[in-house]
Amino acid sequence: MPTLDDKTTITPKLIAAHGITPDEYKRIQEILGRDPNITELGMFSVMWSEHCSYKNSKPVLKLFSKMNAELPHQENLLVKPGQENAGIVDIGDGLAVCFKIESHNHPSAIEPFQGAATGVGGILRDIFTMGARPILLMNSLRFGDLAQPVSQRLFRGVVAGIAHYGNCMGIPTVGGDVYFDSSYEGNPLVNAMALGIIKKNEIVRGAATGIGNPVYYVGATTGRDGLGGAAFASKELSDQSHEDRPAVQVGDPFMEKLLMEACLELLKTDALVGMQDMGAAGLTCAGCETASRASTGVEIDLAYVPRRETGMIPYEILLSESQERMLVIVKKGKEKEVERIFEKWDLHAVKIGEVTQGDKYRVLDSGKLAAEIPAKALADEGPIYIREEEKPAYLEETQKLDLGSIKVPRDFNQLLKKLLAHPSIASKSWVWQQYDHMVRTDTVFYPGHDAALIRIKGTQKGIAVSTDCNSLYVYLDPFEGGKIAVAEAARNVVCSGAKPVGLTNCLNFGNPMKPEIFWQFHSAVSGMIESCKMFEIPVTGGNVSFYNESPQGAIFPTPTIGMVGLMENIEKRVPSFFQNKGDLIFLAGETFNEIGGTHYLMMEHGLKKGLPPRLDLKREKALHQFILDAAQGGKLASCHDLSEGGLALALAECCFKSDQELGAVINGMGAIQEGSTGLRTDALYFGESQSRAVISVSPNHKDDIKRLAQKYGVKFYEIGVVNADSLVVEDRIHLTVQQMKNIFESTIPKTMERFS
Amino acid sequence: MKAAVVVFPGSNCDTDCFHALKDVMKVPVEFIWHKERSFPKTDLVVIPGGFSYGDYLRTGAIARFSPVMDSVTKHAHEGRAVIGICNGFQILLESGLLPGAMLRNKTLEFICKHTWIRAEENLTIFTGQMEPGETLCVPIAHGEGNYYCDDETLKSLQDHAQIVFRYSSQSGEVREEFNPNGSRDHIAGIVNKKKNVLGMMPHPERASEEILGSHGGRKIWESILNAIG
Repeated sequence: MPTLDDKTTITPKLIAAHGITPDEYKRIQEILGRDPNITELGMFSVMWSEHCSYKNSKPVLKLFSKMNAELPHQENLLVKPGQENAGIVDIGDGLAVCFKIESHNHPSAIEPFQGAATGVGGILRDIFTMGARPILLMNSLRFGDLAQPVSQRLFRGVVAGIAHYGNCMGIPTVGGDVYFDSSYEGNPLVNAMALGIIKKNEIVRGAATGIGNPVYYVGATTGRDGLGGAAFASKELSDQSHEDRPAVQVGDPFMEKLLMEACLELLKTDALVGMQDMGAAGLTCAGCETASRASTGVEIDLAYVPRRETGMIPYEILLSESQERMLVIVKKGKEKEVERIFEKWDLHAVKIGEVTQGDKYRVLDSGKLAAEIPAKALADEGPIYIREEEKPAYLEETQKLDLGSIKVPRDFNQLLKKLLAHPSIASKSWVWQQYDHMVRTDTVFYPGHDAALIRIKGTQKGIAVSTDCNSLYVYLDPFEGGKIAVAEAARNVVCSGAKPVGLTNCLNFGNPMKPEIFWQFHSAVSGMIESCKMFEIPVTGGNVSFYNESPQGAIFPTPTIGMVGLMENIEKRVPSFFQNKGDLIFLAGETFNEIGGTHYLMMEHGLKKGLPPRLDLKREKALHQFILDAAQGGKLASCHDLSEGGLALALAECCFKSDQELGAVINGMGAIQEGSTGLRTDALYFGESQSRAVISVSPNHKDDIKRLAQKYGVKFYEIGVVNADSLVVEDRIHLTVQQMKNIFESTIPKTMERFS
Repeated sequence: MKAAVVVFPGSNCDTDCFHALKDVMKVPVEFIWHKERSFPKTDLVVIPGGFSYGDYLRTGAIARFSPVMDSVTKHAHEGRAVIGICNGFQILLESGLLPGAMLRNKTLEFICKHTWIRAEENLTIFTGQMEPGETLCVPIAHGEGNYYCDDETLKSLQDHAQIVFRYSSQSGEVREEFNPNGSRDHIAGIVNKKKNVLGMMPHPERASEEILGSHGGRKIWESILNAIG
């Protein structure tokens, strides 16, 4: 882009370079009643980018709001999607949880360490901006084949970046999910989730209310880093993307820690009116959104904005995405009190303007008008497009799968070992040991469990969280895949004994201008909604990330779910691993000939094909009710959900966590096979039929648990018993726990070790 | 007994230590802001973990210049107890209250996990409730916990029984494979010659309650309580 100054002439070429279409430019002229200057053009370009305006996704995202409105217990959803920086759900006793997941895919592809680190920084600001204290972080990561050096480089950088930011902030990173698939080559996914806790009556709005109230700029200085990041995130990655490196921001978690403590301290005074972080689109977004929410105007003077570089023009100051900055609106007359708090934390707190009458976002530069735009037009009235959609042609090919041509492998021992050694399945301890997952001393279930579990001090409550998405399913059948993404995340939370109370989602897709991509997007969302309705789980918001394409094509559609569950009494928690020798092992749920889209089919037969397993929502819901009832009654020693790798892998995983080495003897596979006619042995061991869990119970509870399963209509098979040090399944699998654990634990470290 | 937890900008285990002392051990405890030049007389000063000053320059290098450190040094010289945990240990090294320095972990990566440490002797106020050779499960969480000192210092530490904790196996074997960060002589914690200042990388405050998965740290608090009363 040529050098810009306030005399720059607006040419069609310059308009196009800002990603603004001729029609959109016409609207800008109508809104202003004149031509915009270069500063205003820049402001429109970032606010009307997909990243900020959701112009391509809004019509579909509205389906979530419509669904929410039809759910029972409306009153529990305290802040709804799109209203504020993050959604909030009531958890009783005057407390609420505030949570959100967001992508930082493009920056991480270019600069993995800083890209991932600032992703964490951004999502944390969204939480404490609402007045909530962040208590946990999660992340959902996707990379290309780990055998590729480029995937290793991205993986190492992203994990280190997340660790750097979260560890320094002192907020535990308690879990997440990591998958490797060639579709993510060149376009990794980095989705970060944060959850905070807040008193219901202390929720802060991002609104600039009260004419005459001062507007403060707080935190780090403004530089040219991250210039136009929102616009950068709204196009496909290409071979030239590395030239966009200046659009990647650099994070300073220490600054953010100070900012967080200062903002939360400010919250305890009565001086605070509203807060908004300067994330995507920086000062442009923070100014117009706070004004728009309050239906007021905001006037600022850029001369007061603290800077880290000289010679910055208004265009650059307004579009900068320098990190760790907040816009804070305080009560007139309380300025001293506010400044005292920020001074205590050695932070800049500068009055840059005030709330005004009218509806304009007015920006001055040393008293001289630099930009003047109706705030609502900029923040909320961007263009909305209903994109064309068309069923992808590839589906016809991928959905053809002749089971008859798939030979059942002979050696299941070997197969299980191979599964355990697949990077997507193998232990992620190399990842989560780099994250401080214990700070704040609330982490009860560590990473590796079905869901992470955090206690809330001073109460009996626990919060269980899981992130999940099997994107191969979504690729092969977007609607069913969307349904399963929600169901599986809910099942993870339920298996730990918590009831799902809300979800946030990060919708990662390719270029929405391509009708086939938009069809995937719309279908996946529709599928997710089906599940949400059935399980009565509100969607609290999230983020859309389009344009996830590299020169090799689009990623697998990946609607990542961040599921939040509530446990009223944390003493009723259920671990994912076997606990006691002699406990009985049951399989809950039905098994079908479902091999399509399985990890087994992909790994063993080299096929990413077939229809993924079908999800019967009623059956899934019955399973949830059964598990929660059993957990409440204290009947479960352990409960682990079945997913990739099926029953065989789930059984292996159940042997991994206990301090003592506990294996299992399984001799009831025949009963499952009898319950499902013509069931193939590979489907029985490695199929991925939905709505299933492996449960272990003390022999004393055998009759009770069977009665409960019957009450909820859940098919229930007694398949074996917890035993010492080996996993033995009929005459097909016989491995020591140590053998399995070695493979499971060493796969990723062996690939990633620097010194070997 | 009365305790105080120092809070630096970037401290993030301050509230955890506060909780372990107050809610678990039932000890009266106060926070001290790093800008305070003095603080009321207290029996135990805790320098908590975290990233004081963002680890800029070197871990603990800036925190040691905080106004509060003069009073902490005075408190230590008067023979009262100081415990520095993780970043607190690093600050004690930088301020000269303990000898040695910290290097990056041998893997060059941050490591958070449960470790076993062996109590080497029980003649300090921090270890009185342990048997020499007893092992405790206490988690670590650090990027720079690779304790280093020169030969002479090491010999002096050994000769004066200042090495209080070493990384070990659950059964107490001390070997390379049980040392998570590459520290010299497998050191996890040391005391000064007067044995009233302890620096340790593992986090006892994270191992003080059964629900968090380990409770080895509780023995350290119990020892202090027992010694000070």
